[in-house]
Amino acid sequence: MRRMSFTNLSALVLGLAFLYAPIAILIVYSFNASRLVTVWGGWSIRWYAALLEDRAMIDAALASLGIALVSAALATVLGTLAALALTRFRFHGRLPFSAMVYAPLVMPEVITGLSLLLLFVAIDLDRGFFTVIIAHTTLTMCFVTIIVQSRLANFDRSLEEAAMDLGCPPGRTFCAITLPLIMPAVTAGFLLAFSLSLDDLVIASFTTGPGATTLPIRIYSEVRLGVKPEINAVCTVFIAVVTAAVVAASLIGKSRNRQRRPLLAS
Amino acid sequence: MAKRSIRAGVGSAVSFGAKLVVAAPYLWLLGFFLVPFLIVLKISLSETAIAQPPYTPVLDFSAGFRSVRDFVAGLSFANYITIADDHLYILSYLKSLKVAAVSTAILLLCGVPLAYAMARAPRPVRPLLVTLIVLPFWTSFLIRIYAWINILQHDGLLNRSLIWLGLIDQPITWLATDTAVYIGLIYSYLPFMVLPLYASLEKLDETLLEAAADLGCPRWKAFFVITIPLALPGLGAGALLCFIPIVGEFVIPDLLGGSDSVMIGQTLWTEFFADKDWPVASAIAVVLVVLLVIPIVVYQHLQTRDIEGRR
Repeated sequence: MRRMSFTNLSALVLGLAFLYAPIAILIVYSFNASRLVTVWGGWSIRWYAALLEDRAMIDAALASLGIALVSAALATVLGTLAALALTRFRFHGRLPFSAMVYAPLVMPEVITGLSLLLLFVAIDLDRGFFTVIIAHTTLTMCFVTIIVQSRLANFDRSLEEAAMDLGCPPGRTFCAITLPLIMPAVTAGFLLAFSLSLDDLVIASFTTGPGATTLPIRIYSEVRLGVKPEINAVCTVFIAVVTAAVVAASLIGKSRNRQRRPLLAS
Repeated sequence: MAKRSIRAGVGSAVSFGAKLVVAAPYLWLLGFFLVPFLIVLKISLSETAIAQPPYTPVLDFSAGFRSVRDFVAGLSFANYITIADDHLYILSYLKSLKVAAVSTAILLLCGVPLAYAMARAPRPVRPLLVTLIVLPFWTSFLIRIYAWINILQHDGLLNRSLIWLGLIDQPITWLATDTAVYIGLIYSYLPFMVLPLYASLEKLDETLLEAAADLGCPRWKAFFVITIPLALPGLGAGALLCFIPIVGEFVIPDLLGGSDSVMIGQTLWTEFFADKDWPVASAIAVVLVVLLVIPIVVYQHLQTRDIEGRR
């Protein structure tokens, strides 16, 4: 194997440093003892202790988690169905359907948020948790569809056909054969939907109502007033939770792969 | 035959299940994607009413044909004329297009060396490099922008490092400038540029470069004559993936940019939340969608022409 050239290596190091340095600085400064965010006053966890007292922030975090869980679950079901529909069936209106699946990907968030809010106003639906869940499901299901669709596209259908030939009904074939095989993609889709929902500020701002302030909305209103050590601490907790989820997901994926390999080899 | 017609077994259990598979996501998207957008279109064509909600009522079918006629007669292009007449809106659109074009160009300049280096890295470390590029994408978008406020503020880390290095005497104002917006945009969108580029550079046949070297072509020339043309699909996809969302970007210019010149996403936001002028906000949204559809159509056209050209 040829060694990397100096220019290539420095491009990699610079690029990764650019991506990671701001996050690293943020994490380090969340442990700063000083109230002044720019002066280093030694290590401390006082901002994390202060966080536990901040009722509004905790409520916002809980609201965000609830919305993310429900909307990611809905988006996973709908997105997987959409992927099945696009890869397995020919039906009338397939083209507009696939256009609608992909459009939210490139639609600016301000427009998606605006249009959903106008819908909720037109049908006179009270805004709150429920409307944010609908909005996030609509936004994230297309990401699930893309992930699951790529898995279904290079999928060996002979196992399904064997089951059907042996008299297994289609519904049971799906549960016993198809679903376990596409499960890694479905899980990845769920996690992506979850983290996108947790992260969204713009669409949630449009579709939320009284009593449903999400964590990004809360952080945004604080950030507009300037940098605060408490916000550094919130962000660090947020990063830790998401990183843990991603690492867990990749470990689950790896152990599943390991279990499957001897089965396929036999 | 892999594909099964949904209408193959009408009345049987198969067809009911299959219908449900198609119908559930279809109806959801119709109800929560297409219909809302049609409402935006409708409201952009209605006149501001004093009553709450601030627009004239949506189409009412109960009165039959007359209501449809009244509805059509009630449509007006007043909001579009407002947009076209007002410098503020035009400047906002132009500013958004300019910012998106400049940052896409910078992203290409930064993304190409990075993706190239990844594609030339030893094969076993490549998946790790891809993970490292994708990982920041998983941490919150808002947090990543906030991290930059930490660095760019008046007595932030950047100014203090520059003073410490002796490059400047007085702190430079970074926040609330276009420079800060560009830094934020490039930081946030770099993975979107690098991944499609990497995907096309990784497939590059290295023997082509070896052949060029054997024939005496210098490496820099081979890069421009062979590598870049072969990476064009990735370049196009990356540029489109960055350009389109940046035009409609709201959070980054709002938190890092100044208030002297605003992008169209901010204008829409202010029009809606501060001025409560829903019809004009809707008209801004419709024009923005039309503007964004153009590059997508051009890209698709070029791609199909490319595929047909190869046959």
